[in-house]
Formats: sequence, structure tokens, C-alpha cells
Amino acid sequence: MSGLLSVADLHVSFTTRHGTVPALRGVSLSLAAGETLGLVGESGSGKSVTALAVMRLLDRAAQVTGGRITFRGEDITQAGRGIMQPLRGAAMSMIFQNPRAALNPIRPVGLQIADVLRAHRALSAAGARDQALDLLRAVRIREPERRLGAYPHELSGGMCQRVMIAMAISCEPALLIADEPTTGLDVTTQKAVMDLLGEIIAGRGMALLLITHDLGLAAQQCDRIAVMERGEVVEEAPPAALFGAPRHPYTRRLVAASPTPRSEVHTLIGLTPPLAVLAPPPGPPLLEVEGLGKRFGPGTPAVDDVSFRIAPGESLGLVGESGSGKSTIARLVCRLLDPSAGQIRFSGEAIDAFPAARFHGHPRRRDIQLVFQDPGDSLNPRFSACQSIADPLRKLLGLSDPAELRRRATFLAERCGLEGSLLDRFPHQLSGGQRARVGIARAIACEPKLLVLDEPTAALDVSVQAVILNLLDRLRRDTGLGFLFVSHDLNVVRMMCERTVVLQAGRVVETGPSARLFSAPTAPYTAALLAAIPHFNPPAALTPAARA
Amino acid sequence: MPALLRRAGWRLFGSLPALFGVVVFTFLLMRVLPGDPAIFFASGPNAGEAEIQAIREQMGLDRPIPEQLVRYLGDIGRGRLGRSMGTGQPVVTDLVNRLPASLELTLTALLLALSCALPLGIVAALAPNSAVDHGVRLLCTLGVCVPTFVSGLLLIYAFYYLLGLAPDPTGRIDIFASQPPRVTGFLLIDSALAGDWEAWRAAATQLVLPATTMALFVLAPLARMTRAAMLAVLTSDFIRTGDALGLSRRRVVLVYALRNALLPVITIMGIVFSTMLGANVLVEKVFSWPGVASYALDALLASDYAPVQGFVLLMAAIFVLVNLVVDLLYGLADPRVSME
Repeated sequence: MSGLLSVADLHVSFTTRHGTVPALRGVSLSLAAGETLGLVGESGSGKSVTALAVMRLLDRAAQVTGGRITFRGEDITQAGRGIMQPLRGAAMSMIFQNPRAALNPIRPVGLQIADVLRAHRALSAAGARDQALDLLRAVRIREPERRLGAYPHELSGGMCQRVMIAMAISCEPALLIADEPTTGLDVTTQKAVMDLLGEIIAGRGMALLLITHDLGLAAQQCDRIAVMERGEVVEEAPPAALFGAPRHPYTRRLVAASPTPRSEVHTLIGLTPPLAVLAPPPGPPLLEVEGLGKRFGPGTPAVDDVSFRIAPGESLGLVGESGSGKSTIARLVCRLLDPSAGQIRFSGEAIDAFPAARFHGHPRRRDIQLVFQDPGDSLNPRFSACQSIADPLRKLLGLSDPAELRRRATFLAERCGLEGSLLDRFPHQLSGGQRARVGIARAIACEPKLLVLDEPTAALDVSVQAVILNLLDRLRRDTGLGFLFVSHDLNVVRMMCERTVVLQAGRVVETGPSARLFSAPTAPYTAALLAAIPHFNPPAALTPAARA
Repeated sequence: MPALLRRAGWRLFGSLPALFGVVVFTFLLMRVLPGDPAIFFASGPNAGEAEIQAIREQMGLDRPIPEQLVRYLGDIGRGRLGRSMGTGQPVVTDLVNRLPASLELTLTALLLALSCALPLGIVAALAPNSAVDHGVRLLCTLGVCVPTFVSGLLLIYAFYYLLGLAPDPTGRIDIFASQPPRVTGFLLIDSALAGDWEAWRAAATQLVLPATTMALFVLAPLARMTRAAMLAVLTSDFIRTGDALGLSRRRVVLVYALRNALLPVITIMGIVFSTMLGANVLVEKVFSWPGVASYALDALLASDYAPVQGFVLLMAAIFVLVNLVVDLLYGLADPRVSME
């Protein structure tokens, strides 16, 4: 019993209506005191189930069907609440994805921290309050006295995660499990939170089990990384070895599919064909945006004096953090919103004056189409894939012959790599990647000239993202579509776009060719964004000493 | 706090058009309903046409309906709701005398229902689809299926007639007990203020059966809403956080889950209260309870316009107030909600 935590040959299965589904199939891990272990893998690989099994927080439908979990030499595989409750929070703690939801919305955060302290220590209310204040200072929350009485909805996502960390470390546990702690946070916030977390666990000698889908993040934070695929750990190694010489084919695919500062679209899926660099054809620009502004009520405008151009067949990236106005610009360009100021010209024709509420009847509607972020929510749940794809054909082109619609939908689906046999399925019967393909097929159904992509792969696993990005890139090269590509992921934008616009608080900070902008940014904000991306390529990031 | 009061004032002010609409609608409805009060209140079945006509003129019923309406509105503006032909008293006096009886019964029944429904909803939500859950579901279904006059009579049969535990089910207090001096009109409060615990006991025992009858009827919506809200809250992330950080089960369920689950329960509570106040006429009748609902029913059967109109206006005003209170409670219970 040398280690702090050991998981040996753990099997967990879920009871569903369709029988028993295995979630973990023999997972073995071990973690010594003060060590950091990363658990990476795609959705459904069993990372979170492993963590919840260790905490004994699996829900009713899940059963541990085999294996052993040992914590500090004690077998807790089937431990009940009587054994686990004193351990949780005091000896092992956990922080979660989506920190705002993880905090009680109607209880001040100071009290929530005090609740944890008083659950494990004999403290007076005032004593707990003082310790909570110290903890808020330790997680570097500004004006901690004032924040004690704040509710989660009054704090930003990053602050909520700091509060969550304060709660988790309040009783100095020996093990901290962090389940996607920074997913959904902005890249600079992510860096600040991860730096803080690294500092705290190093300073207090805590062991960290970091669950993430982000290989770069795991590489920067962890001594060792375990890769999970479909309920099994397929490979475990220190970051340098894992990324330098991945042994397992799945690890190799995963490493290749993760966008890095040097990857190209085709290398993500392991191809090496040289793709001809597109020269934008001469002629008038496809889209011209000048002095665009949008204001929602009083206060600072959401979009302020933004100008850019897209040539036919060109791809322009829009990057920025949440609240930078990139999605608003996408919706303004699609004419789903009316601008407060500025002009939008499409092929030389002004389209900004036409009211958004009636733009669906505008002859340009079919030329500007949109691909949405969430491929599930943006499909009508009562439409089959075929109906979804055929919908714009019926509405915008006025086709009504079922056989013709079916023929065209099949053709479009094929172009987007969707098998014809899937066309009669409903969104809930399709995987995330398949839904994304339906969304793209629908967007290109009317042969638009400009495709506005609003975070098209943000909800997808990296391997699926790699395939979808390649699909989009190929479509653009084959059909001469123009792209307005909105993303928070700078590596993706660099690969997909010839030029990039960097936004901050509704204003353009920097514009330029992607290759130049990402290698030698001129604006400090761009440089800060780039520096915040977790990398696993630079050798400096591979040594644990480089952490914080 | 002044801001809160100002907003509450605005809310009340904003409800005036609705109250006005209620008054006009009730007024017209009463005029449309068949039955002539003048005939009803004439001295006897063989009163002559002349006498009836005289009564009609005395009551103002011979004037055009718009004029009657304007005069009625003018009276309301001066705080008068007319005179009841049945009791011979001004309607305002009757309502003031009888409203505390109804409120005392309804509030007691609501408290009783809540004190049963919350625990039942919680235990049902903690073990969904278990035997306990099914038991609660059965109880709720029974409560809502059995009409109040049936459950009231059954309770009287069992506890008064068979077991002899309950007192004579007529009125608010045993006729032999001394009535406490009237301060608020709530017998429990008045007798407590007077220090007359004998009378308090008498009033309380009198209250048990009718309050239970009403509570049974509204148990279902409250318990089901509590269960549904608890089920939803118990799967939220912050409950998992509480468990993951070692909070006691009690704290997680009662402080973290229940307080969040109470928000929809408060909403339904306001609706239930308003409904009970008006719909408890059956209970008032069965237990000879001198409340406003039975008063309004008697007046309606006698084509006595003024009490019915006054009752409807009172109910509308109470509904407005209850909704205001619910919104204030909501603001207290959930920091994310403000009155705006």
C-alpha cells in the first residue's frame, strides 16, 4: 500500500432500458501522495465515471461489478455513506465542470465554504467565516470580504471555479479530483485558474487527478497521463513520452487530432496530401462590412465599429473571448439581427437596411447560410435528417416533389460524408459528428456563396472535430465558398482561415493574415490569447517543473 | 426597503384595472342571471304588483343598468358595498365579521396541508418509485378524488359520531364556551390575547375537522409539486457538490435541495390558497362555519345582489394581495429574482 489511491481492474456498468451497458472495463490507476495524474480521452471513454466511482458518487443506475478501489490502504470499493462522508471533502475532494451550476444558486458563497468547513471541523459560525475569508484570499479573489456574501450568479465563471476550489481545498484533502475544471471558460481565464490550481496543489502537497479532453492542458499540469478509450486505459506514460512517442494507435490518433500551433487541417486525420493553396480570385469582395455596430440597450455596445472584407472563396476567422461580440457579428452578417450602425454589402449590394425579421424572403437569403455551434439543438427534433436537409430546398428554392427532394438530400448528405442509410434517422438517433454533418449539409443545400460558421466544432470531440474540419476545408476548396469562421479556438482558426480578425469587447484589436498573426502578433491582447493556450509541443511545457 | 415598498405599491396600483373589470363583470352577470330580488324580498307570496314595484323603486332596480352601475361604482369609491337583504346589515360589516372565520380556517388548513405535503413530497422524491412513493401517490390521489363534503362527512361520522373525539361540528366554538373579546376576529388569536386558554382549546378543537377536510383536498397539488421540484433539484450539480464535499445527508436534503425546491412550491401555494378561500363553501356548509363563502352562496340563492358582488370583489382583492405576497416571498427565497 504505497500509493494514496489505487484503482485495480475496476468494472462499472450501467443498467439501462436496453440492458446492462459496460462503462468501465478493467481500469487500473494509481496515484501517490503529491502526484498529479491526467486522465484524458473523448466523451464516453469513462473518465468521469472513474472519478465518480472513486468518490462513490455514481448514481443508482451504475454498479461496480468488479475490481478494487483502495484509498490510503483502505478498500472503499463498496463503502457506504457512513465511511465515505467523513472522507469526502476532508481526504478527497472534487471540483467540476460548469462551476456556476456546481454551486448552490441561492446560498451565499461564503456560507457554502463554511458549510464544508463545519461539516468536517468543530467550528463556530464566526470561525468558519474567518477561515472562508482566508480561503477566498488563497484562491485570489479580489475584495474577499465583499464576495463572502455574493451569490454564484453575481460572480463570473472563473470566480465561481475559484470559489469551488476554495471549497474543495478547505479541509486540506490529500487528493483532489478535477473533472474538466476549465472546460467552458475563456482561454485566459482557463490559464489563470489552472495556474492557481497547480500552485495550490504543489504548495499543499496534494495529489491531483485531472480529467480533461484537452491534451495540452494535461501535458502542462501532470506528471503522468493515462489515456482512456471506451472504458479502458489504453496507455499511461509521462507527457513527454506520451506525446513524443505514443505507442497505442488510439493515443496516436488522439495526439494527431489535437490542434497545435504547427498542425495543418489534413495532419489532424493523419493525411499528408499537399493541398493547393487557394488564390482568391480577383474581383469585387463577396462581403464588405464597414463600421458595424450593435447595441443591446444602454451601456457599452456589443459590437462597435467593426470592419472587414471577405473575398469570394476566402475564409476569414473571427476570434475572441466570450463577450467579445463574435457571435453577434455572425448573426448580424447572417441578417438574423439588425445592426445599430454601419453597412453590410454582399457582392456589392447593401443588405443591412432590409429588416432581419423579413430577411427570410430576401433573394440573398440563400446565398448566406449558417452552421450552428450545437449540432443537436440546431436540428428540429421532429425532423429526420433527410427532412432537415431538404427543408431549405423547400423553403428557399420552392421544391416540393418528394422524390426530387430525397434525391438532392441524398446527394448533399453524401458530400458531407453522411451515409444514405442514416437519412431517415432523427437527431437523437445520430452521433454528435453525424448531427454536425446534417447541419452542414443543410447549410450548403441551396449552394450559398458565404457560409457563416459559429463555433461549428466546439461541442465535438477532437477526433470528430478533425474530420469535420477536413470536410469543411474540402467543401470550400471544391465549391469556392467563402467562410466567416467564428471560434474561440485559435489553433482551429489558424488552420481554417487565410485571414483572422481578433476581437475584444466588441472592437477589432488586430486583423491580418493568419500565418503572420499567429506567429508574430502585434497586439498585446492577441499575444496574451496565444500564450494562454495550453501546449504540449514546446519541450519546456513537458517538464513538471515548468508548472506555475 | 423603501424601494421594495414603492414597487409593492406600484403592483397594487397596477392591479386596479383588473379589479375594476371584476366589479363590472360581476355586476352585469348578476343582472343577467334569472331571478328578481324585488319579488324575492316582497313581504309574501301574495304581495301585490304595486308593492313589488315599490320595492323595486326603493332598491333602484327600475333605473337603467348603466345608471345602476355608475351608482354602484360611486358607492364602492366611498367604501360602501350596499346592504344585504338577507341579514339586513351592510355588506361590509357582514364581510368583516365573517372573513376572519374563513381566513382562520383556510390558513390553518394550508399550514396543515404544507406540514404534511412537504415531508411526504421529500420522502417520495428521495426514493422515487419505491413503496413509499407509491403510498404518497395513493394518498394524494384519494385526497383529490374524494369531494370535500364526502370526506368532511366521513370525518364527522368517524371522529364525532363513532369515536366521540371531536366536538359537535357546528360553528367556530362550542356554544357553551365563552367567546373571547373580538380584537382580530381570529378566535385562536383573540382567545390567546385574552389569556383564555379554555376558549382557545374550544376553538382549536372545533377547527380540527374542517381544517383537515380542506387540507386533504389540497394535499395533492402541494405534495406532488414538492416531489417534482425535489426530484429535479436532487439531480442538479450543486447537490453532487454537496455530496462530494462531505456535507451531511440532512444538510444536503434540507438546506441545499429543499430550499431550492421550495420556489415552485411557493407559486403553487399562492394558487392553492386563493382557490381554498373561495372553494371552501362546501366545508363551511358541512361544518356550519360562519365564513364568507357560505354567506355568498346564501345570497346568490336569494338573488341578493350586493353580498355576491361584494364577495367577488373581496376575493379578487385577496387574490391580488396573495400574488403580491407570493412574489415577495419569491424574492426572499431566491436572490436571483427581484420584484421587477
